[in-house]
Amino acid sequence: MKILVAVKRVPDPNATIKVRPDGSGIVTDNVKYVVNPFCEIAIEEALRIKEKQGGAEVVLVSVGSKVAQEQLRTGLAMGADRAILVVSDTEVEPAIVARVLTKLIDTEKPELVLMGKQSIDDDSNVVGQMVAEMLGWAQATCASEVKLAADTQSAVVTREVDGGLEDLEIQLPAVVTVDLRLNEPRYASLPGIMKARKKELKEIPLAEVGIDTTATVKIHKLEPPQKRQAGKKVGSVQELVDLLHSEAKVI
Amino acid sequence: MNVLVFAEHQHKKFSKITLVAVRAGQLLAEKTGGTCSAAVLGTDVEGLAKQLAEYGVKTVYAVEHVALEHYVADAHAQALANLATDKGCDVVLATASAVGKDLLPRVAVRLKAGIACEITGIHDDGSFERPMYAGNAIATISVETPVKVVTVRATAFDAAAKGTAGAVEKVAATIDANALRMKFVSFNETKSDRPVLTEARIVVSGGRGLKNGENFTIVLEPLVDAMGAAMGASRAAVDAGFVPNDLQVGQTGKVVAPELYVAVGISGAIQHLAGMKDSKVIVAINKDAEAPIFQVADYGLVADLFKAVPEMKDAVEKMKQH
Repeated sequence: MKILVAVKRVPDPNATIKVRPDGSGIVTDNVKYVVNPFCEIAIEEALRIKEKQGGAEVVLVSVGSKVAQEQLRTGLAMGADRAILVVSDTEVEPAIVARVLTKLIDTEKPELVLMGKQSIDDDSNVVGQMVAEMLGWAQATCASEVKLAADTQSAVVTREVDGGLEDLEIQLPAVVTVDLRLNEPRYASLPGIMKARKKELKEIPLAEVGIDTTATVKIHKLEPPQKRQAGKKVGSVQELVDLLHSEAKVI
Repeated sequence: MNVLVFAEHQHKKFSKITLVAVRAGQLLAEKTGGTCSAAVLGTDVEGLAKQLAEYGVKTVYAVEHVALEHYVADAHAQALANLATDKGCDVVLATASAVGKDLLPRVAVRLKAGIACEITGIHDDGSFERPMYAGNAIATISVETPVKVVTVRATAFDAAAKGTAGAVEKVAATIDANALRMKFVSFNETKSDRPVLTEARIVVSGGRGLKNGENFTIVLEPLVDAMGAAMGASRAAVDAGFVPNDLQVGQTGKVVAPELYVAVGISGAIQHLAGMKDSKVIVAINKDAEAPIFQVADYGLVADLFKAVPEMKDAVEKMKQH
């Protein structure tokens, strides 16, 4: 079995993001970059399936600048087998990332594609669904459990949806996007990090992938959100409840 | 632009979030000089479509097919995209709910459309506003393709009001059943008598400060019920396994904007603030006076929650008696 995992380099989710004064983007100086947390969960799930199946290949794919090598190396150190980096010097919108992944899936022919339900920078939550539709495949988004059938021809995926959990049966090959509670990703071990240095990391310039890179969405500007002012500190519970009643009039 | 709203329904009803999508669709149609119609997908949905027609939409399409009995992305994407094409719609729009986010990207691919995700505003020129980076940046974006797909944040628009009744048109969905690869198995619904998190007037959320799941039940829930509130949680509390993920408020959970949001034992990580900072009034109860949650709170109480929360429950109950 071959499993392809999409990986994105994103700003540290705990970093405070500031918009550049000219509105052209965010301030990137001194910002630490990490593997998108949901992508880490996707890598972990691929590794667990590999360990259970005894012999799957886990291929990582990222679309981004050359420095995204770091995040792919992290995934390789966790235990993935090889990686492909599609290099673009400019930001690539989700729809184009979906086209790139679809093209690579055409050649790699994995049975399962795993990715995060969303990246924590763009917050779009669309790439997995787009890839599935482009390929005419099944999808299961926001997965909290993935149960592969013994013949690996299908899977039952538990999904985190509004108001509860849904079980969905999907035919493979399929795209599964992962949610928070699917697993707890492992840390890369020191031997893992050593081994990762020797694993294959192939770079392909975006222009050589052979897809239409015309943007479908244009970002005109970014602005900082309206700031909320800190209010007052109250001295007691009774004071709080009184203020909520008489001043804020919400209870 | 002629807008087609995907009208999500559950238990033979529309919830507020569907009416919000209708309102956003009407706004977009008004600003761009077009009409707003809606599509109700399922089996036997003509009655539902009639209900929705009262909300000032031009036409509600009751789109029926046996493959639409339960929500599944591939069948629904085919039906919705085919309808949009047949009816000459320029925009397909839905709420950015679990279903909307699952479905609309597939519809966008089928329509060769760009997608604007979880928009929070519509400008007069038809461009959109959407938050990025956990709400730390607000982007102005435009969709550059002839047909456009949009999902809207449920807290950012009002619900549609009843207006001139529109027409209802029954449509047999066009679906290539051979292309379907997904099957609904079951839905394990979280049973609760409390208001729905995304629609509640008051939300009381707990964080890691509650220490375990049991304390959600014995400490937090009495306050939640005394206030007639919905219960939420921070990602840290969900991560730690205290409560289910569908209670999560934040960037990767639910976005809420109630009249009153009470954050109990929540430090106020960026990703949590992204899900609640548009609430009208925010209360924070935390023993750490330096917790970032106090920077967005209208009323802050530095206290041990295990003492303050039961006290607050009593005080609220006493006040309600008067």
